[in-house]
Amino acid sequence: MWQSLFADLKDRNFVVVAVAMDGPEAARPWLETAKPTYPCLIDRNHHLADLYNMVNVPQAVWIDEKGRIVRPPESAGASDSFRGMNRVTKQMTSEQLAQRERTKTTYASAVRDWVMKGSASEFAFDAESARARLRLPDAEIAEAHAHFRLAQHLLRTGKSDEAVVHFAAASRLHPDSWTIWRQAAKKDATGLATGPEFWARVDALGDRPYYRPIDMKGM
Amino acid sequence: MITVLHEQSEMACSTAHADGEQLWIGAGEFERATGWSLKPQGFCRGDICVPVPSGRAAEFVAGDAVDAAAFWRRMNNPVVHDSIGEVWVLGSSAADRSTSLQSLEAPDFTLPDLAGVERTLSEHRGKKVLLATWASW
Repeated sequence: MWQSLFADLKDRNFVVVAVAMDGPEAARPWLETAKPTYPCLIDRNHHLADLYNMVNVPQAVWIDEKGRIVRPPESAGASDSFRGMNRVTKQMTSEQLAQRERTKTTYASAVRDWVMKGSASEFAFDAESARARLRLPDAEIAEAHAHFRLAQHLLRTGKSDEAVVHFAAASRLHPDSWTIWRQAAKKDATGLATGPEFWARVDALGDRPYYRPIDMKGM
Repeated sequence: MITVLHEQSEMACSTAHADGEQLWIGAGEFERATGWSLKPQGFCRGDICVPVPSGRAAEFVAGDAVDAAAFWRRMNNPVVHDSIGEVWVLGSSAADRSTSLQSLEAPDFTLPDLAGVERTLSEHRGKKVLLATWASW
């Protein structure tokens, strides 16, 4: 997903660290096809979701040379345009496709601007602005991550019936988390959690976003 | 054999036994699993020591063993376990995660690549990093 951006910018002291919220066998086919040249890591316990309070994919964080957060977790250029897709044909209208492309391109351009200009980039938040845009977890979210960790372990040790109980507890405690819900959900033959239950849960959002709008000029 | 899951680690604890919501573990194993050691001044990890509440030592310590779950809950950290008390998760609190994020120091982590080689975020210090998640689902 980031290969061309990385290829263009890697000599500018820039790296993409791509983390799959997946087990290695689910991630493998995608990585072996795409063959990215930047580090691709496997986070089967969704540890990053816990550490950074992430709720969906793709989300991204901008981190500067000193290891400081410049842009807290946000949608990495993904938009809610998919919600208008025809669920039978899986087609999107040209307007929906254009919106999806616009969001993606605007985000990638912002990354590029930051890599070129550093803290002088209009897209880089200063400390106060970055802090103000952090979304912080609460006790229920922390407990949800503990249930999720247990559920993943139980699944790996052959206790899937009990895993289901803890996945459900995790989603109940952290209903905004799509990473928890989709990891636990039934998958189709290609491994996607986009069945009727997914669409029902998306519809239940009503006016609320699937991807929170990105706080960026041009979005 | 009881398994204790803490952060990214998974430890088989031969000295551990569970009793309902209590998880008694030898102090040495508890330290290896979580980094918290039992000292005269209380439970300590790094620069921080948390005294055992006076008059309530028996809730937390019995000889060389500690009730890890009782201590964990006292610290407002989540504790979850399976139905037979064989697998316990000693989770991190929202307060700890929030404090870390509010410092704006990007939390470090160690995760494997597809070849199983452990990589960190901090190994990229000195470069701008786009930390981006994705999934097959």
